Amino acid sequence: MSKGEIVILDCWVSPFCLRVKIALKEKGLEYEEREEKELLGKKSDLLLKSNPIHQKVPVLLHNGKPICESTVIVNYINDNWPSPPFLPSSPYEIAQARFWADYIDKKVHDAGGNIWKSKGEAQERAIKDFIEIVKQLEEGLGERDFFGGDTFGLNDISLISLTSWFHAYEKFGNFKVEDHCPKFSAWIKRCSERPSVSQVIPDPEKVYEFVLMLKKMFGLE
Amino acid sequence: MEEGVKVVGFWPSPYSQKVIWALKQKGVAYDYIEEDLSNKSQLLMKSNPVYKKIPVLLHGGKPIAESSVILEYIEETWPQNPLLPKEAYERASARFWIQFGAEKGPTFGSLFTSTAGEEQDKAAKDALEVLKILEEQGLGNNKFFGGDSINLVDLALGWLAHWFQCIEELVEIKLIEPTTLPRLHAWVENFNQVPVIHENLPDKKRLLAHMKSIREMSISAK
Repeated sequence: MSKGEIVILDCWVSPFCLRVKIALKEKGLEYEEREEKELLGKKSDLLLKSNPIHQKVPVLLHNGKPICESTVIVNYINDNWPSPPFLPSSPYEIAQARFWADYIDKKVHDAGGNIWKSKGEAQERAIKDFIEIVKQLEEGLGERDFFGGDTFGLNDISLISLTSWFHAYEKFGNFKVEDHCPKFSAWIKRCSERPSVSQVIPDPEKVYEFVLMLKKMFGLE
Repeated sequence: MEEGVKVVGFWPSPYSQKVIWALKQKGVAYDYIEEDLSNKSQLLMKSNPVYKKIPVLLHGGKPIAESSVILEYIEETWPQNPLLPKEAYERASARFWIQFGAEKGPTFGSLFTSTAGEEQDKAAKDALEVLKILEEQGLGNNKFFGGDSINLVDLALGWLAHWFQCIEELVEIKLIEPTTLPRLHAWVENFNQVPVIHENLPDKKRLLAHMKSIREMSISAK
């Protein structure tokens, strides 16, 4: 499939955009990236036209038709290009995967945000809540290599993208996920070895510097 | 012979009702178990250990939690009377609107617990904006969000056709009116006339009394 048919309206640091890029790479699809400098400048006309409701990246444009919201996009990619599959085959296992996808979307990024947005006691509470969530996910993973079982699937894609911000949380909160959740950390390492992840995941130090800039912008130093 | 299907629900919950609507629409037989949320059962705690919330669907003893996940499971397991488009782009569009509806829950929650004054004016304004988006961009000129017939989006937003009227009555503000939101207003009427919906709604008076007491508790807890 030619590059011109798949376009992603992107932001290098966004873990949600990362999900889409990893998904496309896993399917062996070529795509064009168009970087939006959302926080630093005006939103492009294309973004405003493609995602009038949320005005946010990522947006996938497939043959010019926009799809918004990262989880919706990854499901779309899976529906449209079934191989390799991101979901298991039985409806019950698919439901379990969707349950964890929903949990990941509801909990992880906000909990991480509470860490860099707070200080002192509030931050300690935020770190505790964050670790609890990661522990819950570690329990959900069990003894499997991936959340998708033997294969890297929907939830591996969703979650590994969010871990791109973990180094920043760890640095701001002065803690290490590995100390509390070693199995989860092993899963991070396993996923990071995949070319689809290593080729697109941003440099953790650069993410940290970006979050530092956000703190300054919001007066949260 | 269908393996046993059970729904663990709570009569005033629109989340539980969505699951019932989907099963009824597909003609799937199920046993209903009413949960006492003030004294949660072992079954609920075991079936949904992460959130300990209703609804939970049990199929052959295996639990599925989270209403949006349950609805997709029902669609995949019982393909008759499809409730999601087959085509990938249209399916993505349906999932977008289901997610939009879920994300905007807190906007309506704020209206529900607001008291007269600036706080309520803002809450009403925010809720109206969401309703306008649903009408103009979600529904468009269609009879239902699913087109000519209801689909999972209609079920996910179905609380607007019955529970929202209780909110409007309690806060004494009418938002879905034929003058302000003609198409959404028509959708409410049409949705309520779908036989499966019409026959499976909690009693309005009882629901209003229940929501009134929840509202009073929330306000006093503020």
